[in-house]
Amino acid sequence: MMKRTPLLLMSTALAGLAGAAQATEELNALVWCDHTDPALIEPFEAKFDVKVNLREYEGTGAALALLEQSRPGDWDVLVVDGIDVFRAVEAGILAPLPAADLPEADFFPEVVMEANNTVDGTPYAVTEKFGYNTISYNADKVDAADMQDLGKVWSDKYSGKISIYDYYLPVIGLAAMADGIKTTDITAADLPALGETLGKMRSAAASVAGVVAAQTALATGEVDIVVGGGEWLTAVLEGEQPNLTWTIPDQGAVMWSQSIGVLADSEQPDLALEFVKYIVSPEGQARLATSSCFWGMPANKLAGDHLTPDQKETLRWDSQPEYLAKAQLYPAPDADLDIEMQDLWLETLQQ
Amino acid sequence: MTLSRDTLRGWGFAAPALLWTLAFFVVPFVVMGAMSLATMEGRTLIWGLHLDNYAALAQKKYLWRAIIVSLEITLTVTVVSVLLAYPLAWIIAFRVPKRWQRLVLLLSILPFWTSYVVRSYAWLLVLAREGVVNKAMIWLGMIAEPVTLANTRFATVTGFVHFFVMLLVLTIYANLIQLPPNYRRAAMDLGASAFQTFRHVILPLTLPGIMTGAFLTFVLCIGDYITPQILGGNTELTVPQVIMVQLGRRADFPLAAALALVLMGIVTLAYLAFARWLRLDRI
Repeated sequence: MMKRTPLLLMSTALAGLAGAAQATEELNALVWCDHTDPALIEPFEAKFDVKVNLREYEGTGAALALLEQSRPGDWDVLVVDGIDVFRAVEAGILAPLPAADLPEADFFPEVVMEANNTVDGTPYAVTEKFGYNTISYNADKVDAADMQDLGKVWSDKYSGKISIYDYYLPVIGLAAMADGIKTTDITAADLPALGETLGKMRSAAASVAGVVAAQTALATGEVDIVVGGGEWLTAVLEGEQPNLTWTIPDQGAVMWSQSIGVLADSEQPDLALEFVKYIVSPEGQARLATSSCFWGMPANKLAGDHLTPDQKETLRWDSQPEYLAKAQLYPAPDADLDIEMQDLWLETLQQ
Repeated sequence: MTLSRDTLRGWGFAAPALLWTLAFFVVPFVVMGAMSLATMEGRTLIWGLHLDNYAALAQKKYLWRAIIVSLEITLTVTVVSVLLAYPLAWIIAFRVPKRWQRLVLLLSILPFWTSYVVRSYAWLLVLAREGVVNKAMIWLGMIAEPVTLANTRFATVTGFVHFFVMLLVLTIYANLIQLPPNYRRAAMDLGASAFQTFRHVILPLTLPGIMTGAFLTFVLCIGDYITPQILGGNTELTVPQVIMVQLGRRADFPLAAALALVLMGIVTLAYLAFARWLRLDRI
C-alpha cells in the first residue's frame, strides 16, 4: 500500500493534467454558490469538452463592480437576483436571449417573471431557481401552529430564540406582510410602521445571521426559529436533523428567484447560451435544485422527472401550487426607496 | 547639479519600496479620497466634489453608532489583551527555563496556525447554548440554564482577545528579554519591593513593547470584519460591517470610501496617541 501511494498520486495528478489539457475551451461564469457543485457542472463540461470557471459573489452591487473592473470578454455567464436583472440590463452587460431557446413553457407559470427578465419585450435573462424567505424552525422546540402566524413568531414566547436572516429586502417584506401591506405596494410612507414591526422582531432576536451562521444557530440549538429562512436553509440539514423544517405562515412568504443570462461582451456567446440552456433543462434544473450549497425549487417543472421522491418531498413539490398562491414578490424598490429601506434596516440592527 | 554615486545608489535601493508604497498606498489612498467625494444619483456614480457622504455621517445615527461600537470593542480588546498577555510574557521570559522558552512561545502562538475564519466559527460552537462553556458551567452548578454567550459583544471580544494575546505576548516578550537582570537586582538592593521594582523599573522599560503590541492590536481590531460578523451575530454593527453593507447590494462605493477614510482618521489619531512609546528599536 505504501509503495502504491506515490504511484496513485502521480496517476491522479496526471489524470488531472490530462483532464485540464483535454478541455479545449473555457467558460467563465459569475455565479451564486449553488452553481459550484461539481455534480451540476461536470455533465456540461463533459458534453461540451469545456472547463467552466466559476466565481462566487454576494450582492448584485459586488457583481456589477467586479464586471465593471473586468476586461470585456472576461466573463460569459451571469447568475443574478431576479429583481436585479434590470440593473444588469441598464448597465448594458447582458445580451438578449433567443426566446425560442428557452423552455419557459415548461416552467411554473408564476416564476417565468417576464417583468423581471424582459426589458422592452426582449428577454435578457431566464429564471432558474426560486424559493421562499419564510420561517424555518425546530419542530421539537416550538409549536408548529404558532409558526403559521408571523405575529406569534416574534412574540415574547420565543424571545431570544430567534435569528433573523441578514438581508433587508425579504425581512422587510415579511414585516410588511405581518402588517398587511403587499410587498409590491411598500412606499416610503410605510417605513415608520415597518420600522416598529422590525423593532419588535429585532428585540426578540438573539442574532441577525447570514446563511452559514443561521444554519449553525438552528443546527446547534442556539435558536429555534429563523425568520427569513426557508427550504434553502434547512433542506441540506434535513438528512441529519429532520426536526429542522420550514413553513409558510398564513400571511404568506416572500418568494426569491435567481436568473441567469449571457454577458453582452462574451467572446463565446453560443457556448454561454448552451450553458444557460443546460441550466434550465430538466436535468440541469434537478441538479441545481439539489445543489450541495443550497436547495431551492427548479423553475422548470419537468425537473420533477429527475428528482427522487425524497428530494421532491424535501422541496415540498406537491405543495407548490398552494405556496405560490400565498407567496408575494420580493420587494423591488427604486434606488431612493432602496436607500431608505437599507437605512431603516441598519437603524434597526443598531438599536 | 549632479548626484553622487552614493546618492544614486541610495535611491536605487529605496526605489522598490518607494514604488511599492506609491502603487499600493498612495495611489489607492488618492483614489479612495476622490471616491469619498463622489456621490450616487440613483444607482449611478457621479464624480465630483460632493460632501454628501460626510454629511451622512452627521445625519445617520447608525453610522455614528458604528463608530462608537468599533471604538468600544477595540479599546476593550486592547486593554484585556494587554492585561492577559503581559503576565504570560513575563512567565515565559523569567520563569520558564531558557531551553524551554522557544517551545513555550511556539505553543503560545499555536492558534495562529489555524485559519482565522475557522477559528471564529470554532468559538461560535464553543460559546453556543449547547456548547462546551455552557455545559461546563451547568456541570459545575454555576448556572441552571444555558446563557447566551454566542452572538454577543462578549463573543466578539473573546474571539479577538484569543487572537491578539498571541501577538502581544510576542512583542512584550521580545522587550522583556532585553532587560538586563541587573536593573531588577539594583532596584531590590536599593530597598524597592517587588511591586515597586515592577512599577518604577520594569514597566517603564517595557512600555515600548506593550504600546507597539497595543497599537497593532488597535489597528487590526478596528478594521476587522470577520470576527464581529461571525461572533457578534449582527446584534450591533462595527464600521467595517457597515462598509460591507454599502458595497453588497447597492455598490455605494462613495459612502463606503468615506467610512473607510474615517477609520483611517481614527487609526491616525491612535498612532498620535501611541507615538510617544512606539520605539521599534526598543523591542
